[in-house]
Amino acid sequence: MAHTVLQSNHINKFFSDPVLSQVLKDVSFSIDQGEFVSVTGKSGCGKSTLLYILSTMDTDYEGALLIDGEDMRGKTEAELARIRNEKIGFVFQFHYLLNEFSVLKNVMLPGLKLQKYTEAEVEHHAMERLKKLGIEALALKKANQLSGGEKQRVAIARALINDPIIIMGDEPTGNLDKKNSDIVFDIFKQLCEEFNQTLLIVTHDQRFAENTHRIIEMEDGRIIRQ
Amino acid sequence: MNLNLIADIAKSLLLARWRQSMVAAIGVTFSITMFIALLGFMNGLNDMLDGLILNRTAHIRLFNDLKPNPNQPIDIAAEFSSGHNFIQSIKSSGSRIELYNSAAIMQAVKNDPRVLGFSPKIIAPVLYNSGIIDITGTVSGIDVLTESSLFFFKDYVTSGDAYDLRNVNNSIILGKGVALKLLADIGDVVQVTTSKGDRMPLKVVGFFQSGIADYDKVQSFASIGTAQKLLGKANTYITDIQIKLKDLQQAPAIAKEYAQLFGVDAEDIQRANSQFETGSFIRSLLSYVVGIVLLIVAGFGIYNILNMMIYEKMDTIAILKATGFSGGDVRKIFLGIALTIGFLGGLLGLVFGYSLSLLIDQIPFNTSALPTITTYPVNYNPKFYLIGISFALITTYLAGFFPARKASKVDPVIIIRGK
Repeated sequence: MAHTVLQSNHINKFFSDPVLSQVLKDVSFSIDQGEFVSVTGKSGCGKSTLLYILSTMDTDYEGALLIDGEDMRGKTEAELARIRNEKIGFVFQFHYLLNEFSVLKNVMLPGLKLQKYTEAEVEHHAMERLKKLGIEALALKKANQLSGGEKQRVAIARALINDPIIIMGDEPTGNLDKKNSDIVFDIFKQLCEEFNQTLLIVTHDQRFAENTHRIIEMEDGRIIRQ
Repeated sequence: MNLNLIADIAKSLLLARWRQSMVAAIGVTFSITMFIALLGFMNGLNDMLDGLILNRTAHIRLFNDLKPNPNQPIDIAAEFSSGHNFIQSIKSSGSRIELYNSAAIMQAVKNDPRVLGFSPKIIAPVLYNSGIIDITGTVSGIDVLTESSLFFFKDYVTSGDAYDLRNVNNSIILGKGVALKLLADIGDVVQVTTSKGDRMPLKVVGFFQSGIADYDKVQSFASIGTAQKLLGKANTYITDIQIKLKDLQQAPAIAKEYAQLFGVDAEDIQRANSQFETGSFIRSLLSYVVGIVLLIVAGFGIYNILNMMIYEKMDTIAILKATGFSGGDVRKIFLGIALTIGFLGGLLGLVFGYSLSLLIDQIPFNTSALPTITTYPVNYNPKFYLIGISFALITTYLAGFFPARKASKVDPVIIIRGK
């Protein structure tokens, strides 16, 4: 049986502003090692909210979240930051690269923060990731000199730097044209198939979702199909 | 190392906004510059004004005061030994102005490790005779060598050579005011009469100007030997021993000790000149207050700029947090920025403050009251520089604390989803 990477047990989430409303209703599912999962649904169905809870950045929820078999409840902010650093890689709709740094440094930052390897080793790892994604030539450019597709690929390289057990994406292709969307999708697919990387991608791009291994479809804060 | 990484990120953010950072740093620089210059100048003035009196005042003065003898015969009489005796109309006895056994006292003082040095002195009340008028005054018999090394006597001799007191027999250095009244010039001979009525001609070898006009109108100096001759006393006659200590603060305690040990009166500098401490304290206080106010203003500048930087760098903060930097790390980054601004600004402030002090030190400042001062006095005590840089760091830390805390509390979800 495959190793369970992420498990969500009966997660409920309420927004109290402006009026009390439940945005997630009893969400339960689990993701195994090596799965390529997409979460789809209409705008406002709670899929992004779910992702941010799963990412440990949002801690205001009911229910249980287990990452790598570890319960996330009751952990301090610093401990959660450490888990995000070590076990989760993020790709957002917008690239969120730091313009003050070179591409290489952007990729290296989470690795340097982890302090598992020396700076030289982290740099080596970062170059490997960039090569894997075919953008090693951009390594020394500043982040703001890149095109949108390139930036998103750098963001993927950054997500990969610490060999996370899961990569989470919030509409990673939402801001890209078709060609770049395809490139990004192919990278995800390749990561999953060649490196057995687990991926959880929130998207409203049906074409993207259909090509993943598993689709979790949400509506009004509930999972209606998985 | 984690701190290295944080420092690296802080540096990059700082350089990305180097113009604003520089403005903030200039604020700190300006405050520290003013702080250093002000304190240096104020304390220079303090030193000068204190020096007017304190330099020339002994830390402890041993002498025999004119006062009634505390051991009255009635106290010794057996039949009156019980109870308290009230005696009316006791007169002060003036017979013991001389310090008895002065050689032994001087030897003991010399061997005391707490003592920097001492100088014997004879105070002789005299009349200066000029034609038909007599001017009251005092001639102090001094040892020019020790008086110069301990009490800067030489600095106040404005014309003539102080050492001529030793080298020329029966010589006198007149106070400027006395000399003006006597119309005496160097090389002239003046007549001096003691309280006992002995008259003696003394040769003027110099003028003395202390900066305190009233003092200069009565005071003149002669050598110890000349003063003894003037009073018709033996060469062991001494009325005062002026002692300079290594630590001024010990003066009251040591004075008490000596008074008991030698059976003489001992007056310490704190008791004699307490008003100077107050003046110095108020001037220092004022300069500190002005310096701190300037720094607080600079602190608000840093606060504003950091706040602005945090709003601009929300995305950066959010992504740092999303990729595993904790709130504490983010806080350290922004505190690092604040402290860097404070440290560099402060350091530059010290350099400029020092330069400004040097400049003030060059401005001519001539006053007849202070013959030794030709430019504005400045104190270069390293203490002020240490306090300056500490204040700079403390203020910028406080100014950076709240923005940094705000940055550490930024919720990455709100920023990232808000796009």
